[in-house]
Amino acid sequence: MMRWLGWLYLLTAYGFILLPVAVLVLFSLQDGRLPVPPFQGVSFRWYADVLGDRDLMAALGNSALVAVGSSALACALGFLAAYGLARHVLPGAALVRALLVLPLAVSTLIVGLGLLIGLNRLGIGLSLWTAGIGHVVINLPLCFAILYSAMGDQQRNAERAARDLGANQAQVLWLVTVPMLRPALLAAFFLSVTLSWDEFIIGFLLTRFDVTLPVEIWNLLRSGLSPRLNAIGSLVFLASVAVVVALEILVLARRRA
Amino acid sequence: MTAPVALDRVGHSFGPQRVLRDIGLEIAAGEYVVLLGPSGCGKTTLLSILGGFLRPDEGRVLIDGRDVTALPPAKRPTTTVFQDYALFPHMTLRDNVGFGLRMAGVAKATRHQMAERQLALVGLERAGGKRPHEVSGGQRQRVALARALAVEPDVLLLDEPLGALDLKLRRVMQDELKAIQRRVGTTFVHVTHDQEEAMAIADRIVVMNAGRIEDQGPPDRVYRRPASLFTAGFMGEMNRIPARRGPNGIETRLGVLPVAVPGSAPRLTVCLRPEALWDGAGDWDLGPAQVEDTAFFGTHFRAHLVPERAPDLRLVAHFPPAQAPEPVVRLSVDSQELSIFPEGSP
Repeated sequence: MMRWLGWLYLLTAYGFILLPVAVLVLFSLQDGRLPVPPFQGVSFRWYADVLGDRDLMAALGNSALVAVGSSALACALGFLAAYGLARHVLPGAALVRALLVLPLAVSTLIVGLGLLIGLNRLGIGLSLWTAGIGHVVINLPLCFAILYSAMGDQQRNAERAARDLGANQAQVLWLVTVPMLRPALLAAFFLSVTLSWDEFIIGFLLTRFDVTLPVEIWNLLRSGLSPRLNAIGSLVFLASVAVVVALEILVLARRRA
Repeated sequence: MTAPVALDRVGHSFGPQRVLRDIGLEIAAGEYVVLLGPSGCGKTTLLSILGGFLRPDEGRVLIDGRDVTALPPAKRPTTTVFQDYALFPHMTLRDNVGFGLRMAGVAKATRHQMAERQLALVGLERAGGKRPHEVSGGQRQRVALARALAVEPDVLLLDEPLGALDLKLRRVMQDELKAIQRRVGTTFVHVTHDQEEAMAIADRIVVMNAGRIEDQGPPDRVYRRPASLFTAGFMGEMNRIPARRGPNGIETRLGVLPVAVPGSAPRLTVCLRPEALWDGAGDWDLGPAQVEDTAFFGTHFRAHLVPERAPDLRLVAHFPPAQAPEPVVRLSVDSQELSIFPEGSP
């Protein structure tokens, strides 16, 4: 009885989580003009339509560029901050740590508006660069937190050993610290890619002519429901799944070894 | 390669706590020195100062006559074997051992060859392609040793290198460490809190306590004729008998000892190793004693004794393993095996 209830609970929970995605994907294959029941048959024409849409594909490329670029920068900055704070005794270290993690607690909207006002004041025009800066701001705290918690005594001793054997600071970082933190670095990077990939508010506030994919989708939504949107949504979902799978394989498989 | 080391009035504090005071120590080239003491005695701090990981507040460190006090670890002719080995987990054993050579700019082919030779020295031929997590704790220990020796340091520093190994493996590695040291001729400075380990490998034991050097000398001398009460107790089991200075020598409740003791402290402690006591006649007769209990230890019978002259004292004695001691023994001691210190001295 209990066993049966357990299974029921599991199915309900997963159903609840996955049903919207399943519906999204299903109606992206709708052979008709509206993504609503009844399902009228399988067609890939909306995918063809989406993949043939130059604006959408440009937005997809922009999103990928912003996601990878901002994540790489957030990881690099987060790593250096974490290394500095984990390895050196600095005055006000606790305060610096708190400041670094603070943006995590501030809503994206506030961060976006703040950046918008700041950029305006500085006379910097909106572009993919500014959206990228925005994503670095929201992803840096996460990267820092992940990397800071991964810096343990094991690395510290290995770094000491490397220094003892004649390595200079750059060699210690590049040959010992970075490879030893590889799993944490990859986790931080991929997590921040997925967050940047479907981030809307910053993308919306800080881009103008070249936009990211969520902003392009928003633009399409204004002209009403269409299976095209489902097709784009499915593609975005597929990309996210691919990143998570890559993370599993690269990070977790290695850890198990 | 090898070099002498000298510590000249080295002192250090961590905040308000003074961990080393006025340490002076001369180590000869090629000597195997063990720094021995309880945790918190400053031995590891002293090793960090030798390795350059810590700059002392006072004093100088000289290696081969050169003042290296201000030099960082990379610039010193020392390498360290760390307690947790600190191997690089993402590199093969060959790359681990070759790391120091790589930093020195040795070409890949040459350094691989040299690394393999070092691995062979510690008995790890054909394991060069493995990674640290694929080999056992004892083998990791050897890799750490090979890595530190690969750059041919003048002085090798070992921070509790055998602490993580089980007892049997530790005894095996002690012999190996000593053999390797004899072969390479490098000066070894080894930190441990295990006095058996210290006696097994050291040319000279330096006993430390509360930031000071208590005693130093060859293992047998430090064990049999300790320079202080602390050393006597730390080097192994010890019977302590309270005593007083009297007109005919040292007065104890087990009899008068006809020896002269320098100094003027009125109250003394007579220290006796369990193996210095025996059943029969000797220089100093302690009278009959009852055997309270015995246990067999392979090399000896260990017994708790109640001397009849002082029934509230308990003595521990080791008797030959051939035969269990009689219920009542006649205790004697060779006065050569006694150490006498002022009571309550450190």
